Amino acid sequence: MTIALPARRERRLRFDMTKPVLYGFAAVLCVLIVLPLSWLFIYSLTDQKGALTFANFYRLFTESSFYDPLATTFILATTSALICCAVAAPMGWLVARTDLPFAGTVRALVTASFVTPPFLGAIAWELLAAPNSGLLNQIFRAVTGAEQDEHLFNIYTLPGLIFVISCYTFPYVFTLVANGLDRTPGELEDASSVLGASHWYTARRVTIPLVLPALLAGGLVAFLQAMTLFGSPAILALPAGFHTMTTKIWSLFQFPPKPELAAAASLPLLMLTVILLRAEHMILGRRGYSIVGGKYGAPRLIPLERWRWPAFSICIAVLTLPVFLPYAALLNAAFSPIATTFVTFQNATLHNVQFVLFELSSASLALKNTVILGTAAATIGTVIALVISYVTARQAVTGWRVLGFLATAPIAIPGIVLGVGLFLSYTRPPFVLYGTLWILMIAFVTIALPSAFQQLQAAMRTIHPELEDASRILGATRLRSLWQITAPLLRTGVIATWCFIFVGVMRELSAAIILFTSETKVLSVLIYDLNESGDLGAISVIGIGMLIITFSVVIAVNKIPGFGTVRFRT
Amino acid sequence: MAFSRRDVLKGSTAFAVGTIFASPLRAAVPPPDPITPALIEAAKKEGKVVFYTAMDLQFAEHLGKAFEQKFPGISVRVERSGAERVFQRVGQEYKSNIHAVDVVNTADQSHVIVWKREGWLAPYLPEEVAKYYDKKYYDPDGLALTTRVLVSAFGINTNLLKMEDAPKSFAELLDPKWKGKMVKAHPAYSGTIMNATFEIARELGWGYFEKLAKQNVLQVQSATDVPKRIALGERAIMIDGASYLVIRGKESGQPVDVIYPSEGTPVATSPSVVMIGAPSPSAARLFQNWMHAREGQQMLVDYARQYSPHSQTVEKPGVRKLADIKLMDEDPEGVEKGAEEVKRRYSEYFKV
Repeated sequence: MTIALPARRERRLRFDMTKPVLYGFAAVLCVLIVLPLSWLFIYSLTDQKGALTFANFYRLFTESSFYDPLATTFILATTSALICCAVAAPMGWLVARTDLPFAGTVRALVTASFVTPPFLGAIAWELLAAPNSGLLNQIFRAVTGAEQDEHLFNIYTLPGLIFVISCYTFPYVFTLVANGLDRTPGELEDASSVLGASHWYTARRVTIPLVLPALLAGGLVAFLQAMTLFGSPAILALPAGFHTMTTKIWSLFQFPPKPELAAAASLPLLMLTVILLRAEHMILGRRGYSIVGGKYGAPRLIPLERWRWPAFSICIAVLTLPVFLPYAALLNAAFSPIATTFVTFQNATLHNVQFVLFELSSASLALKNTVILGTAAATIGTVIALVISYVTARQAVTGWRVLGFLATAPIAIPGIVLGVGLFLSYTRPPFVLYGTLWILMIAFVTIALPSAFQQLQAAMRTIHPELEDASRILGATRLRSLWQITAPLLRTGVIATWCFIFVGVMRELSAAIILFTSETKVLSVLIYDLNESGDLGAISVIGIGMLIITFSVVIAVNKIPGFGTVRFRT
Repeated sequence: MAFSRRDVLKGSTAFAVGTIFASPLRAAVPPPDPITPALIEAAKKEGKVVFYTAMDLQFAEHLGKAFEQKFPGISVRVERSGAERVFQRVGQEYKSNIHAVDVVNTADQSHVIVWKREGWLAPYLPEEVAKYYDKKYYDPDGLALTTRVLVSAFGINTNLLKMEDAPKSFAELLDPKWKGKMVKAHPAYSGTIMNATFEIARELGWGYFEKLAKQNVLQVQSATDVPKRIALGERAIMIDGASYLVIRGKESGQPVDVIYPSEGTPVATSPSVVMIGAPSPSAARLFQNWMHAREGQQMLVDYARQYSPHSQTVEKPGVRKLADIKLMDEDPEGVEKGAEEVKRRYSEYFKV
């Protein structure tokens, strides 16, 4: 009889499921990401008969129909990123660090432009700034008495496209900068003030250098967003007679499909992203910014004094472009007899509303699919991101670095490229998922994973491991302490991530356009179809409905009892 | 999408049953089918029809709703896209063994050639088609029926351009004064435009498009979008597109009008087919039958302002008779072989 026996039995009873569960997640992640990428590589190096060739790449760099879009995309992404930084960084600073009036309203409006799907924004800007029929140009001609063909704006141009893309990309930069500033402690600035520096000097020498990493990250995200968007270029660039890489790749799938060329065409985008991410890592990797802690005081707000109201006016003026004007144009089109005729009491019509509600037979299925996918992808994506961010933050299993890399890797894959990869992977055994909602869900989760992961990882880092250690010392397994200690502490981060993925599904078009079937159509694809046939009234009604749904879900989730209100973190 | 030869082979094997079934019938004309109570009963049990079409959305939904009223208990879901996209969609789904669609209507006869070759079509010949349709408007096997005849004339916005000043021929469109004033649709999206482009290139040569592309033309996708752009006043001249929508717009008070170009007006007939893997085979046949019978066809004339192949339909004044228009010749075999070249040349000149 020994006393060791019962102890051993007890240990067996409390077998730690952590490792199997975590390795399980790792395996799922590998399949999700490695499978489609492998098929892309294989296809890019084969010809139509399946033989090894470099001809696809040769064509890519020798035919102007390929390298022109590549150059266009580069110009587009760089310019958009610069504009986003130039506009969003001062705004983020104003909101987070000054006594700007109605700062909360400004934040809410930025969220509104983030929630607006870029393709919907692009269509709204068509209504506003098409050279002849655009509402703004009509007003311009009415006011100045200009000739029939004169116009103030032409949205069907490269600058027009850059403008519209910036409108719906700048929230990424804004949120990163504003959140970065929110988290920066006031002590450093206090120290500077105590030593006699003015507010402005402190801002220039202390605050701005502190927020630089967030700005850099924001600029990078904006670049990648602009580079990988499909909807806006398809809506604005094609009428203007030029391609970007994404629309070019999409055109390669038209009958007869040329997946090998598309795969090759997508690799430069992939490479460029990887290089940029490495560069960011190198720049930031050397600097340490330990700015999170509970003991620091709230940041000191800089009084703007007589600049308060001008600054506020500028913010509102900027936000008119992605929010007020487009929403007004959509509302006008929804009740107008012809989309760009100004609604009056005489001509207002419910025809479009009636058409969408009672005649448009594909709308209800698309709505159902979108809601199912939004909810499921948000839930599954959040769980996966939570587990991975935990593993990497606590270095819980060997190979955690790989897991973190895999979760970040999809950021380098444009949605349309991922769509192609998934299509190649899941139309053949062992996983025949094409034609089901599953393939779309995989796409949406994969696309959302990098930001969800980074969001939760950032939140995870703010929680000191000592709380978990206490729980584990008292006998809980890793999984149990994750579930009972860490997750509740993270709940605002978790809710924000959930909302982020849900909104992402609403915004997503580029992978869906490759992966849908008539049974698995989503609202974004429906809107895209309607745009191609010029049914702008119906689009406006659906678009407004879509915005209402998204806002309601985001607000409702934030109102769940027991959870605090959260702001978007991107 | 990505299909290796093996995939095609797999696809063909999957539908071998259909092909075997279809081939012997190719010699003999199937007996024409009336709408029988038994067919209606079976269709009601299935309860729904999925209809992929290239028709203008408003009309397609109108047609669907009329069918639902006539046969309560059967719902019609319309999936509208450009004919070339519909073609891509059907191919992508059938080669992945997804059979979601019952009836397909495209605006490009060459698609039928491909689908027949693949053995994807079910033979079905409605009674009224055999009785009242000219032989050129249906396949003797009953695999495909012409639903409507589409012409792609010019259109103008009469607020922006007076009829007497408007261009009356393709040649005039090259005049520098029209630069930046024209809009056209895309042959890789629209079947009407695929046929129109093929016909114009055959009559006037590809050099014509090379010059036209330098006129700063607004490029939209669908043939149904072009008439809406001139109605908005976004451009003054529609080079190609669905003429029936211009006529409908004019009749509803929009400032638009049609011009039939002097070199000839491009034409495309629009076929409908019942798919071999239709999930609701009876409802599919009932819909196909009804759409091509007098009721559906008269709606095509009255509501959609299109040309019906049904000899018993009554014309409604306001549309120029087909016989009075100088038409270009439609050539489905030519389009089937030449579609790739059309797309390649087009994107070479117009950059998209």
